Amino acid sequence: MTDSNTLSHLDLETPEKPFLDANELVINMGPQHPATHGVLRVILRLDGEKVLGLECVIGYLHRGVEKIGEHRTYTMFNPYVDRMDYVAAVSNGLGYCETVEKLLNVEAPPRAQHVRVILTELNRIASHQLWLGTHALDIGAITPLFYTFRDREEILKIYEKYCGARLTTHAFRIGGLQYETYTGFEKEVQNFLTFFRPKIDEYEELLTTNRIWVERTRNVGTISAQDCIALGVTGPVLRASGVKWDLRKAQPYANYKNFDFEIPTGQNGDTYDRYLVRMAEMRQSVRIIEQAVEALPEGPIMAKVPKVIKPPVGEVYHSIEAPKGELGYFIVSDGSTQPYRVRVRPPSFVNLQALDLMCRGQLVADVIAVIGTLDIVLGEVDR
Amino acid sequence: MGGPVIAQVIQYIQSYLDTRGLTPGAAGNMFWVLVYIMLVFAGLSVAVIAMNWLERKILAHMQVRLGPMRVGPHGLLQPIADAIKLLLKEDIMPAEADGLLFWIAPFVVVLAAFTVFVVVPFGPTHAITDMNIGILFMLGVSSLSVLGIVMAGWASNSHYPLIGALRSSAQMVSYEVAMGLAVVSAILMTSLNAEGTGTLSMIGIVQAQLAQGEWFIFKFFPLGLIAFFIFAVAMVAETNRAPFDLAEAESELTAGFHTEYSGFRWSLFFLAEYSAMIAVSSIAVTLWLGGWLRPFPNFLSGTTWDLVFSLFPGVTFLFLAAICFYNTVRMPKHPLFRIQTIGLAGFGVVLGLIGLVLFVPAVSTRVQDIFWFTAKVAGFMYLYIWYRGTFPRYRFDQLMQMGWKVLLPLGLGVLILTASVALLQDKIWHP
Repeated sequence: MTDSNTLSHLDLETPEKPFLDANELVINMGPQHPATHGVLRVILRLDGEKVLGLECVIGYLHRGVEKIGEHRTYTMFNPYVDRMDYVAAVSNGLGYCETVEKLLNVEAPPRAQHVRVILTELNRIASHQLWLGTHALDIGAITPLFYTFRDREEILKIYEKYCGARLTTHAFRIGGLQYETYTGFEKEVQNFLTFFRPKIDEYEELLTTNRIWVERTRNVGTISAQDCIALGVTGPVLRASGVKWDLRKAQPYANYKNFDFEIPTGQNGDTYDRYLVRMAEMRQSVRIIEQAVEALPEGPIMAKVPKVIKPPVGEVYHSIEAPKGELGYFIVSDGSTQPYRVRVRPPSFVNLQALDLMCRGQLVADVIAVIGTLDIVLGEVDR
Repeated sequence: MGGPVIAQVIQYIQSYLDTRGLTPGAAGNMFWVLVYIMLVFAGLSVAVIAMNWLERKILAHMQVRLGPMRVGPHGLLQPIADAIKLLLKEDIMPAEADGLLFWIAPFVVVLAAFTVFVVVPFGPTHAITDMNIGILFMLGVSSLSVLGIVMAGWASNSHYPLIGALRSSAQMVSYEVAMGLAVVSAILMTSLNAEGTGTLSMIGIVQAQLAQGEWFIFKFFPLGLIAFFIFAVAMVAETNRAPFDLAEAESELTAGFHTEYSGFRWSLFFLAEYSAMIAVSSIAVTLWLGGWLRPFPNFLSGTTWDLVFSLFPGVTFLFLAAICFYNTVRMPKHPLFRIQTIGLAGFGVVLGLIGLVLFVPAVSTRVQDIFWFTAKVAGFMYLYIWYRGTFPRYRFDQLMQMGWKVLLPLGLGVLILTASVALLQDKIWHP
């Protein structure tokens, strides 16, 4: 992995030749397509069913989130980040709040940190549930979708009770939390954990040993650890290729270093391994939440943050482990109330570059499986 | 003036009523052939409508949902509402499409799917006709539907339908081979043992099972079972249903070969798909599960058992009626639900009345065979829904691999073994 920072061995430029001078079939998949998870457009070049190469066309959901950031105060921009990865809005909020806190050089009080971890890990479960349902649906198993949505509802109920919103939660504030937890919050989270633990087995029962599922996912969209690192792929995709890299352990943020959990990894870097890794991650998240709820300290929920946030001149990069990979914020401050520049490093956007590499030489049906396994959210890719 | 004419008409009809224990087609009785065609067509349409509702309901309950609940009590009128919607929809033909083929394709598919029912034996005399090449006719005609699918895919002049049609035709052609081998081994079984006579007639095949005293699924255990298994897999692939629904794989090809179709034409494809499912299920039932025979016709014979089994159709309908009444009681007591409650109760009353009529001996003896045949086919229909709720979709190359590398050798092996076992039995054990 020493000279892995060059892309030379990948050779993404020269396309494969079609077999026996057969005519290439160019198919435009999306932006309106049931399996591209939003408005991704993929231009496929096919030799029969075999994929010779593909090109992603993005930008159909571009809202200029980063540019908006330059015209809003630090506080006003906070809700906008929820609209990037809308299935993991809490993680986005956490990343942004922590970055600004780093810029201000303040730290959220312990109670706020714990609540943040609980909500973020619940969000990881919700995001993985949505991934599992849609990924299975793409591969043709329609039933898991309804199971996961049924259980995701319980998480959304907790959010709704906590902050009034279900999807774009805007749960955190710069410096801590706006709301104290409601009465019975701990009990409800614990109830959810006891409810949810057998449900993971239920999902696995339908798929993990299912012959068709294994055939459809094993050795599909394989990507090596080297290529992952060269392309900047992070998150479960990277871990399934055998790299034990999780920002919660590698650069502990919030108070993740207080909790005991493992980083599940795979070996082959194929779709099946990524599936197993994400399933294991849900179990680990349950573990983390369990510890966090038990050790939830009393105390204030907001650090001392000025009413008008005016960070000192400077720049900061901070990244967290979002459900989809490394979510980084780079903020440049010119000392005014508005950021000079906000740059987001979205995991979906970076992971999506690996699509071409992972699909070369596979069949059309695998492209669908690979798009599903990358777990992209177009709101985050396009921003 | 009017009297004699009516009497003549009645006499004319009566002269055709007696089919002497043959199917109307075999007896050359054109009047009854027409009546049977009407009955089969109507029954099939009702079955497709019922299947539509049942599939949505059963699948919904597998997936922790309720399914259609709004149109009529428990969504019972949903298929009818859907049918009306489809008929009223604009009929779109893409500008670049090949008009004639685009127009013909759905009809070819529907024609192939419906024509096979000419030889399906719902009972010893309850079939439109009894051809001496019945099973060949069925396989031949049902494979014509692939033509319609290729036409639809080609004529749409669009990528997704084209790929869908290519997949579909490759799939149907390759699974037909395995299917044919399984069928041949079942046909071989008809000619074995002294009681049987080798036959390709659908009615003859069931009669051979009656004469040999066992369903072919249990014959030469496990050979019959394996052949049945091959057929059961191939028939799902043949009808393009999950987990072999590659031709219309929604997540990959949007809707496959019928992507460009809408309204009435689309509903024809839908109709054809479901009637094809019923058709291949009837082949499976006829060949391996004893067709219209009730369970244990030889072992539990005698008038008492005949009487007991003749109660089954009536009891089934009464049971369905009881379910309706149970749910009527459970309906919310709200003025808004009054019409739905009355409707459900009415539906229960109709089912109950049908059940009571089925207890009349003259009726129950006549519908016995139809009931058992339908019940077995319904079992297969449930399996179709169950597969759809459970399995992911196969990939194209895996599908081909399974057809050519697993099912085909298996089918050949079963065929050879069946033939050899049969020869041994005939020549050595029963000289």
